Amino acid sequence: MQTLDEENLVSTNTILCCLCSAQIEPNPSNMCVACLTTQVDITEGIPKQGVLYFCRGCERYLQPPTTWVVAALESRELLSLCLKKLKGLSKVNLVDAGFIWTEPHSQRIKVKLTVQKEVVNSAILQQVFIVEFTVNSQFCDECHRVEAKDFWRALVQVRQKTDHKKTFFYLEQLILKHKAHNKTNNIKPIHSGLNFYYSNQDDASKMKDFLTSHVPSRYQLSKELISHDIHSNKYQYKFTYSVEIIPVCKDDIVCLPKKLATSKGNISQICICYSVTQMIRLIDPFTLKVAEISSNNYWRDPFVSLTTQKSLSEFMVMEIEIVPEKDKPNVEPISKKHVLADVWVARMCDLGVNDQQYHTRTHLGHLLSEGDTVLGFDFNNANLNNAQFEKLKQDRIPDVIIVKKVYDRAMRNKKRKWKLKRMADGMDTGADEKEYTAFLEDLEEDTEYRQNVNIYVDRNKMAVEVSDTDDEGVPQISLQEMLDDLHISHDATGEDGAAMME
Amino acid sequence: MAIRAQFEGNNEIGVFSKLTNAYCLVAIGGAENFYSIFEGELGETIPVVHASIAGCRIVGRLTVGNRHGLLVPNTTTDQELQHIRNSLPDSVKLQRVEERLSALGNVIACNDYCALVHPDLDRETEEIITDVLKVEVFRHTVASNALVGSYCTFSNQGGLVHPKTNMADQDELSSLLQVPLVAGTVNRGSDVLGGGLVVNDWIAFCGLDTTATEVSVIESVFKIGDNQPSKIQTEMRDSLLDSLT
Repeated sequence: MQTLDEENLVSTNTILCCLCSAQIEPNPSNMCVACLTTQVDITEGIPKQGVLYFCRGCERYLQPPTTWVVAALESRELLSLCLKKLKGLSKVNLVDAGFIWTEPHSQRIKVKLTVQKEVVNSAILQQVFIVEFTVNSQFCDECHRVEAKDFWRALVQVRQKTDHKKTFFYLEQLILKHKAHNKTNNIKPIHSGLNFYYSNQDDASKMKDFLTSHVPSRYQLSKELISHDIHSNKYQYKFTYSVEIIPVCKDDIVCLPKKLATSKGNISQICICYSVTQMIRLIDPFTLKVAEISSNNYWRDPFVSLTTQKSLSEFMVMEIEIVPEKDKPNVEPISKKHVLADVWVARMCDLGVNDQQYHTRTHLGHLLSEGDTVLGFDFNNANLNNAQFEKLKQDRIPDVIIVKKVYDRAMRNKKRKWKLKRMADGMDTGADEKEYTAFLEDLEEDTEYRQNVNIYVDRNKMAVEVSDTDDEGVPQISLQEMLDDLHISHDATGEDGAAMME
Repeated sequence: MAIRAQFEGNNEIGVFSKLTNAYCLVAIGGAENFYSIFEGELGETIPVVHASIAGCRIVGRLTVGNRHGLLVPNTTTDQELQHIRNSLPDSVKLQRVEERLSALGNVIACNDYCALVHPDLDRETEEIITDVLKVEVFRHTVASNALVGSYCTFSNQGGLVHPKTNMADQDELSSLLQVPLVAGTVNRGSDVLGGGLVVNDWIAFCGLDTTATEVSVIESVFKIGDNQPSKIQTEMRDSLLDSLT
């Protein structure tokens, strides 16, 4: 088969190839190589063409049956993928395999293979051949779903039965800070809530856990059977987590059920919710007694807010007197952050009309001074429809409860030197600007509230130096609390730009 | 002239037939095609005998013989022995051999003057070979194969040996047997020459797969047919000279 050197000629015999009469050295088939290759084709049964499926969305190749693998052109991975496509390769001995260069746009991949196989009379024949693969494009499942947009397998419905969106603004900030929306397919605003869509149940479950650990809420899981395979016992469900957030927000006046009030150290039934974290925190403005109500407690004895933001009316503080230490009611536990004060207030609309003043007590003694405007609830003129409230004895109902101090809104807006990140696409809750501003004001007023929120320096506002002297009473967020947004919102790693503390 | 034949679709005709200068044994097949080929070529000159050995058709592998005699293994039945005796010419001696290597055709190759035998063959068998076949016996191998009967075939004119036989071995065998030897194949590259080929001094039969190249090698080494190189010197010489002058 190969060139005969002189020495071989002497020692070994030569025979005639049995087909073409060429002088050859004896070999197991006793044919010359040329004749042998005409007689047998060891690549028979190995396909010379193939098809590779390539997803243009994620640039991966399909590895049957269902996996998709990343493989560069002329890479080891792609070669192994090509070889797996060739069925008959197990019958021959693969000696070498490599790519032949093809133009990438030609959608063709050529693989050059060298195979060996034992043929007649245990002669081993080696053959080189080329297999051409056509690259067909086919979307992988994930990309297909991304393209389709409306695909989901699990849904988290977040609902709060209130008439404002503050809780959702807060949730948006929490989600942004913790990047909890990473695997969300889609977010849709629905009346009184949001829907988060996921492609599998685990991601949805994570979101549900995130929500229930950050806001007082409860959830229910339900599932809808889409299809099932009786042969493999596989069931396909769509899962829905319905997360219901307690409909009590900061600055709401509530009327507790008698039982709950008793169990919370005999707190007065009429309280103000002064903050909502994982629990609802209530304060009795007449004694400073505080109580914390967990979501378990709440759902055992649910109650609703007596007031809404709109039903509060404005009062002018006519006179204020801090309650001295000795006159304070002897209750425990009380809030250390609040100061109990006796106030005389007049309704804003009554000013100049009549001289009606109401006496009440407030927990905001540290904030108020004469002439301040406050928001309060006027029980005398209220038309309430609440079962708990109706059971209360008339003498236990105060005239007015002061909820919060009012600052000049326009001034505060102008002076605000910070901003929040928004979820550009998702969390447009449809709420108007006023509610959002109210949320920003809440953040300014409550340090605890803003602990879980990333606050960024607003460079546009910083440039306009406003003198700080004109209104010192307005609560502000110090520069130390703000983060500097690097404006590399999406850098190479795909993460949000590193936020630095200034 | 080398003739291609097939025994019931099998190209290994040397298994089913034994050809010598004085007689021919042919296996009893289902059809008479195989027998007819031999009968047609040889019927006028030597007896062509239907035979079986121990009820088997593989007569070519179980027996060995030349024009002086025929050796059969001791498994041969009396009836078979009687039939063969009756069919062969009286000049041919027939002898049963008590030999452990009972496939005599595989372990012995012979012409009318000498024989190559398997190195492990019994001393007594060797003596019988000498006496009955009237040949000189050489213990030898062909291309390191002890089955000399399978891997070489020779007549009084020449011989074909296993293709892997090296030059030195071939020269040695040639000088022992006193006939020219050539390495070659039959049946499209098969090296089992005893199986694919039966030959005597004037005719050869080979398997149907044997290619033209192989046939021409067989014809030239066994000096069969008309186109011998020596004929240029003898018969064709006159006509050539005529045309040249």
